[in-house]
Formats: sequence, structure tokens, C-alpha cells
Amino acid sequence: MTEATKSGFYEDISGDHKTFLDANELVLNMGPQHPSTHGVLRVILRLDGEKVLGTECIIGYLHRGVEKIAENRTYTMFNPYVDRMDYVAAVSNGLGYCLAVEKLLNVEAPPRAAYIRVILTELNRIASHQLWLGTHALDIGAMTPLFYTFRDREEILKIFEKYCGARLTTHAFRIGGCAYETYEGFEQEVKEFLKFFTPKIAEYEQLLTTNRIWVRRTRNVGLISGKDAIALGVTGPVLRASGVKWDIRKAQPYSMYDKFDFEIPTGENGDTYDRYLVRLAEMRQSIRIIDQAVNSIPEGPIMAKVPKVLKPPVGEVYVSIEAPKGELGYFIVSDGSTQPYRVRVRPPSFVNLQALDVMVRGQLVADVVAVIGTLDIVLGEVDR
Amino acid sequence: MPDETKPNQATGPQQPAKPAETKPAEVKPAAPAAAKPPAATPAAAAKPPAAPPKPTGPVPEPWDSEMVSGFKRRFGSGIREASTYVGQKYMVVDASIVREVLQLLHHDEQFDYCVDVTAVHYPKRERQFDLVWILYSFPRNERIRVKTQLKDGEAAPSVAAIWPTADWLEREVFDMFGIGFEGHPGLKRILLPDGWKGHPLRKDYPILQQDTEWVKINLGIESGQ
Repeated sequence: MTEATKSGFYEDISGDHKTFLDANELVLNMGPQHPSTHGVLRVILRLDGEKVLGTECIIGYLHRGVEKIAENRTYTMFNPYVDRMDYVAAVSNGLGYCLAVEKLLNVEAPPRAAYIRVILTELNRIASHQLWLGTHALDIGAMTPLFYTFRDREEILKIFEKYCGARLTTHAFRIGGCAYETYEGFEQEVKEFLKFFTPKIAEYEQLLTTNRIWVRRTRNVGLISGKDAIALGVTGPVLRASGVKWDIRKAQPYSMYDKFDFEIPTGENGDTYDRYLVRLAEMRQSIRIIDQAVNSIPEGPIMAKVPKVLKPPVGEVYVSIEAPKGELGYFIVSDGSTQPYRVRVRPPSFVNLQALDVMVRGQLVADVVAVIGTLDIVLGEVDR
Repeated sequence: MPDETKPNQATGPQQPAKPAETKPAEVKPAAPAAAKPPAATPAAAAKPPAAPPKPTGPVPEPWDSEMVSGFKRRFGSGIREASTYVGQKYMVVDASIVREVLQLLHHDEQFDYCVDVTAVHYPKRERQFDLVWILYSFPRNERIRVKTQLKDGEAAPSVAAIWPTADWLEREVFDMFGIGFEGHPGLKRILLPDGWKGHPLRKDYPILQQDTEWVKINLGIESGQ
């Protein structure tokens, strides 16, 4: 299997290819300022007519040196920076970082804090998927879903704003637990949101699932097999749509996810349509998790006993969570001082983007737009 | 699984925390002032009671398994260390055999997913770089790390042919640390522009440093700060 995939992946795209009717090969630059690249991604396409022969991604336009910044900040000071990587799923980023530092410190957030974390993280997963659906559909030519998803996402952002004062870069969690107790009526509002949002997914489905244009534009587009997805390190909904039933929340549960009953939706074909269905199903599962969490949220403290000045013992840990886009990991090395010696972020978007070349080869130019959308990348996280 | 070991260990640091609460009475005024700046020295000097967490921190424990003893039999002292730290398994391996070890892990031990390739720079050591591979096995639901130490200028073997995902990850390590990878299909910078000088995640590269020449030529400004 490795031999076969290997030769496929590393085919030299600069070599001579037999083009249709010996027509000239065209090298086309897409981006970095292209609306469908979801940020500043530049893709160099080699085309034979409308057929894609190969691609090369040029990234790094948003590189801010987050990992270098981390080495020059204390553990607490670096916490808000992680929100700026995947800025549409800031809560997930914060959760991963806090869990990693907690592992280094050998503390565990109290149950109430873990429940609050689960509720907010799952709300964030829904918000991230909504943003993905709206923009992805817009790329393909459906305008209405964008308005629907943004209308509904607003309700989640309102909850975030009420909880911690920020809508996007929330910095909701602290190392050792949560900074804030829930506000008055928090549970009620979350429950109301679930009631409000559940029928909305059906509304999205009504617009797209059997829409002929949508189906023709997404089915059998950007195919990737489960084996190739694993070999390329692809995670998250993209991996699950290829039929691999793997979710870190189930495989290696963190933050009390083992207490909740939910399923891992998977697809069969690994095409853009399946990835759409998987993400919709994930929103439904998130609703299930939030519903259980909000109904059984325990009383108690929200912060573990952590010293004011954090000085984790010498050591290194790797902790990863299931972020909306895939496996988000933090590899932190401590030298016993107040600042991390090294923080490595394993970003799902960066690794998933690498699969773009395999997914669009032999497809049409218009499909490149669909595949970039379906990968659900955030360039802030790709470039860090 | 790693989490199950946690509650036992979690009690560890809490116990030393208690003496730390009672003792700092005499040092308390100094503590909040020292808490804010990142200067580690005054905090460490002003609070001797804060030191205990260090020795009580978890220590690596030996990692015994069939796989590890198989490797040890095969490679002998090439496997420098096999331990677990807070429930996370890692192996330190000689640079000369690391490619073979990784290949065996993929082919025979079902580690089919290369999660991450990254490095850590220790400028004071003779072998300056720690190169880390984080691997995961879907069939075994197990995560391990393989580490090796490299001298400055020494190239590591590329694993892009074993796990295609390592392609970009190795390019990033090259970009940030300047570690070369032998057998990589196209090793070049990935996040920084091609003409950039220096490797920012090395410890001797200060946070305000930049390639002023590149900035002048390409951005037309004196400084990017």
C-alpha cells in the first residue's frame, strides 16, 4: 500500500505530461487574494484545459511565529494567543492548550469546569461547522445557506459574549479550569438554543441535501480513500467521511467526554458530499452532547488548585483534542521555569491541506474551489 | 488510558502545596510583586517554598512491553531509553538507527499515522537538537513518541516515504530549525519566504530578529517591527 500511494503522491509536477491533443499546458496562479481560498492561500495549478494535473500550495502569508512567541511568554500569558490560530474555533484551541499545561502540572479541572468546557467547546464546534457550511456553499454557488448559518451562529456568539465578554477570540478557559462561573440563566439559554437550532439543521438539509446542483457539484468530487487519508495524516470530519471511525473524544477521552453518549458519524465514499453529510451529523451529535451536559452539570468549584505562578516540573507532554477540524495537538516541553521551553502546535488545517493535491488531481478547476472549501481550513492555523 | 493514572499522581503536587500555603506567610509581600514579570530569578529567590514541586514532579518510569524488548534485542544500546512520563510513552533512539526503527514501527507494529514531526533546540548540548516523531496506531489506539538527538548540521532521515504526511512536517522543521532531511522529495522552506536567512525557532535567534535585508528588498520598508 505504501509503495502505491508513495509514487502517486510524489509524482513530479514539473515534468512533461502528455496533454489532451498536445495542447499547451497552462500554469495558473490562484490566490493568495482569492475569495474561495478562505484567507491568504496561494495555489499554483498546472492545467490541461480544465483538468488539474497537479497543484502546489504556497502558504505562510499569515505566519506570526506563534511557537516562538510562546517561548517568550509565561504559560498564562500565552493562553490568549492560541485563540488566534483557528479563530473560528477559539474555544477548542484554548481547551487543548489548557489540557496540555494541566497535564504538565498534574492537575485536573474540577467536574463543573469540565462540563462548562464541554458545553462551550461543542457550541463552538457547531459554530465552526456553520461557518464552514455557509462559506462552502457560497463557493459552490448557493447564496442562501450563508445567511441561514450566520443567522443561527449569532445565537452561539451571543452565549459566548455573555459568558466571557468576547465573541470570537474568547479566552474562555484558564489553566486549571474556567475563569468565570456561568452567568444567571446560562443553562436556560443553552437549552433554548438547542430547541431553536435542532430544526435549523433540517432547514439546511432542505436547501442542499437533495439539491441537484449541490449533489452534482459535490458527489465524487475530491475523493480520498480511508487508507490515503491515514497515510496523509488527515483527521477530523475529512477522515471520518472516508469511512474511518475515529474521534479522539471516543478513542482517548479527555475532559469527561467518556460520560456522554454520542456517536461518530462516518461516510462511505470520502467525497465532498459525504464530508458535508458528516459535518451535519456532527452538529446533531454536538446537540446531543450539550443536551446531556447542560442537564447534568454538577455544582462545585470551577478552578483546580493551581499556584499563581505556574512552574510545571521538567518534562514534556503531547496532548491532543478533537477540534472541529481534526486533531489539534500541543507538544509542550518544560524546563521547570515559568516560560515554556518549547510549544509545538500540531494544527489540523495544516496537515489536512496537504491532502489537497491528492484530492484534486485529475479533477476540474472548478472542483479545486469545492475541495478547498470541504477541507475546512483556516489559514490562521495553517500559518500560525 | 493515560488519564486513569492521573488521579494518583494528581495527589502528588497537592501535598507539597499545603506546606507552601502555610510557609509563605513571611515572604508573602514579595510574592505578588514577583508574580507578574516573567523574570524567573526573583520569583525563585523570593519563594524557597515554591521549590518543592520540582522534586515531587512525576519522573519517567521504564516502559516495558513486548515491542520495546523486541527492539532492545535487535538494536541493543541503540535504544537509549524507553520510558513513560505521565502515562505517555517515548523512546530515545540513536540517530543512526532511527529510520529503521520508524520503518519497523510502521510496517510491523501498525503505527500507521504519523501525527507530528517536530524538534527542540538545546544550544548548550553537544547534540543540539531533539527530533521528535509523534506516532499513533489506529488498530492499537496507542500513541508513542520517538526521539533522537542530532548535531548541528547533521541531517535526519526523511520518513516521507513511510508516512506521506511527513512531507510538510519535515519542511516545517527544516524551515524553523535548519535540520536537513535525507531523502525528502522536495525540501524547501514552507512558512517563511524562500530567500529568508536564519531559522527562527533556534534558541540563538532572538524574538525581535528578522532578515532585514529581505524585508528591505521585498517590503520596501526599513523594519518589519
